[in-house]
Amino acid sequence: MAKDTLEIRWHGRGGQGVKTAALLLADVAFFTGKYVQGFPEYGPERMGAPVTAYNRISDKPIRIHSNIYTPQYVAVADETLLGTVDVTAGLSPEGGILINTQREISEILPLLNGYTGKVCTIDAVNISERILGKYFPNMPMLAAVVKLTQFMDEGIFLEKMETSLKHKFASKPQAVQGNMEVLKCALGEVRGL
Amino acid sequence: MAIKERLSGNEAVANAMRQANLDVVAAFPITPSTEIPQYFSQYVANGKVKTVFVPVESEHSAMSACIGAEIAGARSSTATSSCGLALMYEMLGVGASLRAPVVMACITRALTGPINIHNDHSDAMAASDCGWIQLHAETAQEAYDQYLMSFLLAEDPRVQLPVMACQDGFITSHAVENIELLEDEVVSQFVGTYEPQDWLLDPTTSTAFGPYDSPAYLMEHKRQQSQAMRNALPVFKEVAAKFEQISGRKYDVIETYCTEDAERLIVLIGSSAGTAKTVVDELRSRGEKVGLVKITMFRPFPREEIAQALSGAQAVAVLDKSDPMSGIGGPVYADVCVALSQSNRRPLLVNYIYGLGGRDVRPEHIEQVFEDLKKDLRDGGWKDDYRYLAVRGE
Repeated sequence: MAKDTLEIRWHGRGGQGVKTAALLLADVAFFTGKYVQGFPEYGPERMGAPVTAYNRISDKPIRIHSNIYTPQYVAVADETLLGTVDVTAGLSPEGGILINTQREISEILPLLNGYTGKVCTIDAVNISERILGKYFPNMPMLAAVVKLTQFMDEGIFLEKMETSLKHKFASKPQAVQGNMEVLKCALGEVRGL
Repeated sequence: MAIKERLSGNEAVANAMRQANLDVVAAFPITPSTEIPQYFSQYVANGKVKTVFVPVESEHSAMSACIGAEIAGARSSTATSSCGLALMYEMLGVGASLRAPVVMACITRALTGPINIHNDHSDAMAASDCGWIQLHAETAQEAYDQYLMSFLLAEDPRVQLPVMACQDGFITSHAVENIELLEDEVVSQFVGTYEPQDWLLDPTTSTAFGPYDSPAYLMEHKRQQSQAMRNALPVFKEVAAKFEQISGRKYDVIETYCTEDAERLIVLIGSSAGTAKTVVDELRSRGEKVGLVKITMFRPFPREEIAQALSGAQAVAVLDKSDPMSGIGGPVYADVCVALSQSNRRPLLVNYIYGLGGRDVRPEHIEQVFEDLKKDLRDGGWKDDYRYLAVRGE
């Protein structure tokens, strides 16, 4: 795929909001004037089943309509996938992988099939439960992906996300503040950068 | 001023539906229908449109209600997919022969079985000979634009036929992409107020709709219907020219990409055209003379345009996203062969069945086809023109 397009692949399990994260990432990128694609790979939809979603982000119109096989970045919302799904398949060593885990990076490395690029982690459980009192890994993951990929300014990211969340939670505005807090914390808690 | 947005193909068409001054939308409100009626019913509930939304109990009823509404003199539309379209089948032919200009958003998905929900063209292709005009979109933008153009095409007095405005299920229907929407007033002016030719509730005259058609008359009615379908091709060109004036976006019955000096061409329909264009660019940068012909209007089939576009090529691969199990290839291939049957110069022709049931169509698959064509030319012909792309066990 053309080098002028940023390609990201998301892995998670049904119910963890991976599709929503990919669509929100497309949203914020769109707000900064980029061409975007955000799409899930639909399978038998059920809670807990492995789910994949994709993002393409570019300064030029994106014409390709296929899944992403050689991403620059991969985001894994559920570390239990590491043994069963080949999350580093096709992943560029120039890019990186982000994993939601409480474990040390040294413990994760043996599960990555010898991947030589950047390996980062985020404790999305801790952030989400500490701030929201519930476990929604996708919002910390979203912020961490922006941190890892550096494709947009963090301040602009937060600003656009606030607009997006106000729209998304129009009927329950109390949810906006908590999620914004999650995003801010997550930007500061990515390990292995 | 165009409105820059990022929407899924479903949401884009739901917006077009909201803007199209519709009197009636009848749709089956659950699977196998699409998100389109779901979005649209929200617009109705929130008072954003005055359209009557009829949540019917089946797709057969959805089509029946749309036809009934059209006959009564109301502009109507529906959306469906896969088995839903199959359940409409009986009424598709009825609507076309009644010359009811219903516009349907068709999200192309595999016709079961085996059970599968993903994209291919088996639903639309199985319904392509029911008397409906059929347009296919590459992107969410095209899905939105072509759905809007469909009303002018369907309602034109020279046509008066229903239109299926198709886009690829999931690949564009559920993917968020950049899109430019037109302003409500601009669309409203473009589609105008519906003025039916003949309608049941017209108090000034009396007309019969749907009576028994005896052997003494049926063939004449079919001949007229056939003429209307043939008229749809030049009328679409007129509608596209009008649409270009309000949108700046150009449409035609086919789109050619790098075909002028091309030795090898691929012909296909739908979202894979975008993928194929990136491959054509890549191969062109290496000096290979390859190109693409995308079919936008599949019914009526653009015979002359296709013959013209393929006339200079040495080898052509026609890609079909459905296999009708005819034993001799796919429906697009069959029609391309007819289109070329009277040409003096016929290229070497092959058919590939591809992308069935959501099989991802990757750039390397398209590249493989161009490579195969090169080999066919080198060998001076082929052993088998009925091929499967990216399938195991060949």
